[in-house]
Amino acid sequence: MLLPEPPSTDGPGGAFAINIVHFVRLLRASGLRLGPGKAMDAVRAVEVAGIRRRDDLYWTLFSVLVNRRDQRELFDQAFHIFWRDPKILERMMSLLLPQAEGTAEPSKNQMSQRLREALLPGRGEGRAENEKKEVEIDATLTFSADELLQKKDFADMTAEEMDQAKAAMARIDWPFRPARTRRLQADPRGTRIDLRASIQASLRTGGTIIPLKRKSPGERPPPLVVLCDISGSMSQYSRMFLHFMHALSNDRSRVHSFLFGTRLSNISRMLRQRDVDKALNAVSERVPDWSGGTRIGATLAEFNRLWSRRVLGQGAVVLLLTDGLDREGGAGLPREMERLHKSCHRLIWLNPLLRWDGFEPKAAGIRAILPHVDDFRPVHNLSSIADLAHALSHASEAGNRLKLNLGRLAA
Amino acid sequence: MSILPDSIDAVETLLNSGDYVADRSLATTLFLALKMGRPLFLEGEAGVGKTEIAKVLAATLNRRLVRLQCYEGLDLSSAVYEWNYPRQMLEIRLAEATGGGDKETLARDLFSPDFLVERPLLQALKPDPAGAPVLLIDELDRTDEPFEAYLLEVLSDFQITIPEIGPIKAAEPPIVIITSNRTREIHDALKRRCLYYWVDYPSAERELAILERKVPGVQKRLSREIVGFVQHLRETELFKLPGVAETIDWTRALAFLDKVSLDPETIDNTLGVLLKYQDDIAKMKGSEAANILRQVQQDMAALGI
Repeated sequence: MLLPEPPSTDGPGGAFAINIVHFVRLLRASGLRLGPGKAMDAVRAVEVAGIRRRDDLYWTLFSVLVNRRDQRELFDQAFHIFWRDPKILERMMSLLLPQAEGTAEPSKNQMSQRLREALLPGRGEGRAENEKKEVEIDATLTFSADELLQKKDFADMTAEEMDQAKAAMARIDWPFRPARTRRLQADPRGTRIDLRASIQASLRTGGTIIPLKRKSPGERPPPLVVLCDISGSMSQYSRMFLHFMHALSNDRSRVHSFLFGTRLSNISRMLRQRDVDKALNAVSERVPDWSGGTRIGATLAEFNRLWSRRVLGQGAVVLLLTDGLDREGGAGLPREMERLHKSCHRLIWLNPLLRWDGFEPKAAGIRAILPHVDDFRPVHNLSSIADLAHALSHASEAGNRLKLNLGRLAA
Repeated sequence: MSILPDSIDAVETLLNSGDYVADRSLATTLFLALKMGRPLFLEGEAGVGKTEIAKVLAATLNRRLVRLQCYEGLDLSSAVYEWNYPRQMLEIRLAEATGGGDKETLARDLFSPDFLVERPLLQALKPDPAGAPVLLIDELDRTDEPFEAYLLEVLSDFQITIPEIGPIKAAEPPIVIITSNRTREIHDALKRRCLYYWVDYPSAERELAILERKVPGVQKRLSREIVGFVQHLRETELFKLPGVAETIDWTRALAFLDKVSLDPETIDNTLGVLLKYQDDIAKMKGSEAANILRQVQQDMAALGI
């Protein structure tokens, strides 16, 4: 095993420092967000620590370069590859370079649908024609095994679809009742007296009058957690839902988005990217289980165990987007649904199958989910998403709708 | 003024002297934080000993511990400073009664350090003959984003600006320990200013060592059984896994009950010390716990203990 030379022999800025910089670059290329300042920090840290043991070097670099638990594995692998042979990056780069240059020019296939459309003449007329047509998609009930682990091509999203998505999002007046915070803010009709402001104000009159300033607790929207099913049976909808989730993430703070199929993926960070194409591409690259099977019970268990305490605090509202068709026949689902329901303020189930009048909750998964939701609504296109917002902002109406839907199912 | 440890080994010794059984990795990170004057961000499940690190550090280094317990709605007046309003009002009335001076002098007097009530963050910047204090910002995830944003300035410059007085800068930056239970994600901007360490559940050996330190005088056999049982429990699908704090509590409880060894009935009766969710207790009670115990005892027998 090649142990790095102690920095003292090289002096600051020696080969060892350069290796650290290379190591930081390797981590950055692997997706860790590390600025140039971090490389300097790392070099300094190693100098300060006066490394004599390999594991000291490991933990020194770890403490500077890692700041989230899920980066740990990546760091671990990178460390062991890199510090066995610090020249590896140079060699890899020189291997990759010619190829990278070759693909630098975007081929026609890579061009996004949006761009291609924008280049084509006569887009305006085409749009007018299509404007009245509602985007509606058949609900198919197939699990396609051959589509397993296949990557989703988001470039097919047309500009029209996007316009519609945007319009629908704009119409949405998010209905979740704002939660009261404990933070106080100035309010002339507030119930508490703001002494700091009162004294400040009194100085304006030289202290002869002390006008009472008041304050009261502020409000803010509760956190929103979206759990979206991307299994085969939902594949017709997942693209639209992703646009929906992207619009939500960019519209307000504290939105956490998760995809589940055969496994659970947190895509919140990727969706925070402003550009919808970039965001969805990042999602499609990182999420491995498009259009596969569904293991609702197992993935919800994972969510409950790893994420619920982190994202469901402070009165969070959960949107569960799934048709409830489960490959494992709802195994373990009732318990996990109960846990999820208990951990959040409000659980709303959006189900594309509900639009069919003849819909009956026969599948085991659906029956397992039903008792644990606060609201249950159809969602099959963007207009129904807008409907949802409208209905939810009128609480009584939403309540009736829930009763109606549940009544229909019970009958 | 106490001197900071000058090597990773020295940090290990220091923590040991404060009855804190630490991993080498923690000692390394802590050493760096001390040496580089950076805040240390500790993340981990509840009850793994994050807060304890700050306490031990303050005690062993002989520094003042300034603790800021975070909660939702924490604002400047309870975290940084507040003016002493009753005294200010009195001062205004006095000025009136004596037919007192002009507006500006009054304003200057009212907002002088005499009327300032210092809260933890400001206290931590004050010089101390024993050396800069240890500032513990506990459970940062419980505050809201605005407070987190406010901390950015404090943690990078160790400076607080009071509009009426001006900036107050620490001559010697405090040793900052921040803890989080991850009930909310902390913003990257804040984490970037800190060194990061994930406090994990301890290994069986370390947990045993912790028990020996924290609950001395317990039968070796019993503590081995306890640690084995808890370690197994952490591998099961529970909603809330027991932390080290729970292990210590449980050991104390069993010591109170004069137990020398675990048995299924005792476990059932004391499970509430270890598990804090009714679902989890219901799941473990009875045969499940007995199974784990049997396995622990088999493992121990196989090792000849």
